[in-house]
Amino acid sequence: MNLSYYPGCTLKTKAKNLEDSAVASMAALGVNLVELPRWNCCGTVYSFAEDEELHQLAPVRNLIRVKEVESNKVVTICSFCYNTLKRANLLITNDPEKRNTLNTFMEEEIDYNGEVEVVHLLEVLRDEVGWQSISQKVQLPLKGLKVAPYYGCTLLRPQAVAIDNVERPTIMHDLLQALGAEVVDFPFATECCGSYQILSNPDFVSHCVWDILSSALRWGAEAVALSCPMCDFNLGQKQKELRQTHSGFKGIPILYFTQLLALSLGLDPEVCRFELNYVDPRPLLESKGLLRQ
Amino acid sequence: MRVEISTKRIYSDFVKKVEEINGQTLPPCYQCGKCSAGCPMSFAMELLPNQIIRLVQLGLEEDIAKSNTIWICASCITCSLRCPRGVDLARVMEALRLITMRKNIDHVKISEIPQETIAELPQLAMVGGFRKLTA
Amino acid sequence: MERIGVFLCHCKLIPPIDTGRVFEAIGNKPGVVYAADYEEMCMAPGLERVKEAIKDEKLDGVVLTSCSPALYEETFRHIVTSAGLEGYQMVVAELKGQDGAKEATQRAIEAIESALERLRMSRPTVSSRVPITKRALVIGGGIAGIQASLDIADAGYEVILVEKTPSIGGRMIQLSETFPTLDCPQCIETPKMTDTGQHPNIKILAYSEVEGVSGNIGKFKVKIRRKAAYVDWDKCNGCGICQERCATKALAEFQQYLDLPGKIAHRKAIYIPFAQAVPMRPVIDREHCRYFTKGKCGLCEMACPVGAIDFSQQDSFVEIEVGAIIVATGFDLMPKSEIAEFEEDPDIIDGLEFERLLCPAGPTAGKVIRPSDGREPKEVVFISCCGSRDPEHGVPYCSRVCCMYLVKHALLYKHAVPDGQAYIFYMDIRTTGKGYEEFIQRAVEEDKVLYLRGRVSKVFRDGDKIKVWGSDTLTGKRVEIACDLAVLGMAMLPSEGSKELAVKLSIATDEYGFMTELHPKLCPLESTVPGIYLAGCCQGPKDIPDAVAQGGGAASKLLSLFSQDEVILEEAAVS
Repeated sequence: MNLSYYPGCTLKTKAKNLEDSAVASMAALGVNLVELPRWNCCGTVYSFAEDEELHQLAPVRNLIRVKEVESNKVVTICSFCYNTLKRANLLITNDPEKRNTLNTFMEEEIDYNGEVEVVHLLEVLRDEVGWQSISQKVQLPLKGLKVAPYYGCTLLRPQAVAIDNVERPTIMHDLLQALGAEVVDFPFATECCGSYQILSNPDFVSHCVWDILSSALRWGAEAVALSCPMCDFNLGQKQKELRQTHSGFKGIPILYFTQLLALSLGLDPEVCRFELNYVDPRPLLESKGLLRQ
Repeated sequence: MRVEISTKRIYSDFVKKVEEINGQTLPPCYQCGKCSAGCPMSFAMELLPNQIIRLVQLGLEEDIAKSNTIWICASCITCSLRCPRGVDLARVMEALRLITMRKNIDHVKISEIPQETIAELPQLAMVGGFRKLTA
Repeated sequence: MERIGVFLCHCKLIPPIDTGRVFEAIGNKPGVVYAADYEEMCMAPGLERVKEAIKDEKLDGVVLTSCSPALYEETFRHIVTSAGLEGYQMVVAELKGQDGAKEATQRAIEAIESALERLRMSRPTVSSRVPITKRALVIGGGIAGIQASLDIADAGYEVILVEKTPSIGGRMIQLSETFPTLDCPQCIETPKMTDTGQHPNIKILAYSEVEGVSGNIGKFKVKIRRKAAYVDWDKCNGCGICQERCATKALAEFQQYLDLPGKIAHRKAIYIPFAQAVPMRPVIDREHCRYFTKGKCGLCEMACPVGAIDFSQQDSFVEIEVGAIIVATGFDLMPKSEIAEFEEDPDIIDGLEFERLLCPAGPTAGKVIRPSDGREPKEVVFISCCGSRDPEHGVPYCSRVCCMYLVKHALLYKHAVPDGQAYIFYMDIRTTGKGYEEFIQRAVEEDKVLYLRGRVSKVFRDGDKIKVWGSDTLTGKRVEIACDLAVLGMAMLPSEGSKELAVKLSIATDEYGFMTELHPKLCPLESTVPGIYLAGCCQGPKDIPDAVAQGGGAASKLLSLFSQDEVILEEAAVS
């Protein structure tokens, strides 16, 4: 099966570990992620302003690229890209006036009327591949690995774009269960990590991150799984500082769910690019017998 | 000093502007405080999110401008999701930011961000931050 | 009809209508020969003028406008018939007061046109006189249904009281103590339950449900399903040996399915729901009974001294005829799982569950414990408006009783755990009943209940504690309480199955399933079907005094019907 794939900026740079592990895993599951031609930045954050359309151009242009390759669906892996593209798509579908304005403004492009469906990779795994078929393909069950799925904001909010139950999501739980991991449920799974405040208020982000990580640890997690490069940076990079400010905190690896997927499907660990993770997960994975030394 | 409340204030251009940018009116807010109770950033805010809405309801623009609240909001949308009255508070926060930023005022000075931070941050953190916090 | 008169009523309550335009618009309608407008036609002078006009103009049909046809139709009918016309020769058109002035004239024209159309279709009616069957059906054996049954029975009429659970008593008998007087229901409701059970005029059909209803006021035919209890209640003497011997435990309905350490709140697979049950008769729960699940057991059968156990029993049906019906089907609480941002946890419970923990006759004998580990909670958080006043996620209405029962909980908790602390999150404190505000003041002053003004956004387990994230909007602070037990004041909903029952009775319900009264102010006891009355929470959330008052009120409405021997029914004549 071929699926149009929108990578976004971060997956091509800082989050190569996310992209490589995702593309390789999907190939192993029989899904060929075909990168869109001429994609541009999605805009990262969806614009809330009712009185302007300018900020919707970037995401909508990407949706036009999808339409151009005659695809009716586009897969995103980055949670932020998913959120922005999905919401821009909803705007186009639900607001004929704005749709008109945008189409008129982009006269050099073909008209776009919401023909494309925006999905996140987790949805593809759940709805098209299926948990059962994934668990059948598992070569190396993540036995004994206690992982806390962390959803953050953009996969779930607002309600209209939620890939699962907004308050009690299970989609990543279900995936990790299919991979044989011991799933750790914790109350901060949908709390915000501080997001782009890392730019102007990094101390406040530390506060959020500590709340999340300390809760995951209290509930017995050895690692956190997520899908968002923003959360990955905040939860991972902040640990250096937290080790100094919170005595006894030894750190906890943060992994993309796709890295755990690739590993359990028996792919070459090289595709996981663990060297890019902010907290090296290899010692933990080795201790669980999931990585040959 | 008493704060004078009058129709001039509660129907001021500022209130109209907020409603225009965020596309909803604010009277439905009944000040239950649920937004503040669940806000992940409210620990750092000088005024709670529900107080910001109240100040908009009263047209007290200067008090909002004096507090850091709207610049601390991380647009996580937890408030909007749980609001019992359907007030999309995340949108209100953005409208209030835009009222400042459209005057060409940046909240974050790009030139003041250290080089190593820029080198370290993932692209989406920078683009997202600049989009939310700069004109 | 050849000589139709149109009477336009207006008053200060209705926006100004351009009467000239109205008359112009309807003047050339077929049959219309007379039109007039009166200020306050509903008052005696106006009504007199209508009567005179009918006679003077020799009218054979009339259209009258009214702000509330439901209220005025009867009055208008008296005037029109006293002027020599028959009921079918009159139609009342509705002119609503809230219409904007601009549209009022056009609305009036449309309403009159439609009324003229109805008048043209109107045919002489034949009235039949139906003798009233002076027997009443009361559906629901809670305090409202009990009060209604007793009042009717005391007036000398037969009552059939249908209750879907094995015993009457309803929600009230589950409560610990009642606000604001702190009477215990076991003391104040049990006598009424016993009276009901022993009253010569009351027949209780417990463990039964209304299956179907036909007929009209004066003579309804009702089919009732008597659910199989697998016990012959005629033979049974209520000794209770069966439930002592039964070896299978299950979560108990009466204890709100509380799962307490040591299974102390469980019941047996054959059970009498509680010690004061009326009737004092057991039922077998097929889901758990070993005879039904495993195919063999029969411990109860062997133990029963009168041979009342009957595993072969089937549901049976009885058909009864009654002259009028009172619906008193009560309420359920919204399930806690509806508040998705609150975790599901044994130590996060709802108000009825807490009632059972507080109840001196309850599973813990009134000792307050945490369901998870049986420990005494030292800090308890009570959360108001869970699902209520939340049009986005729950119901928009106020459930009316939570403010009072949560403070009662807090106070009773302090009495049970003197070194404990109670916190109540609230938005507004709504205490309008007699003695209610004083009760709150007492709880704050004497029992040191701490009120925090704000909604709660998240409740979750954190190790041994339950964490509650709320806000105190009075200080502008976000607050967190690590407590041992959280009690949710969940919204009141009409009891399960009340929508289906309303369909069987052909009575209207609102969008939440509460049964609609005929008029929100002036007919609060009547349903939308003549001869069917409403009592208690089936019509909307209310507390015990209001439910009892409505039960008594519905009974007196029914009794005024029964004071007549026949009812006149009008039906369109078959031409």
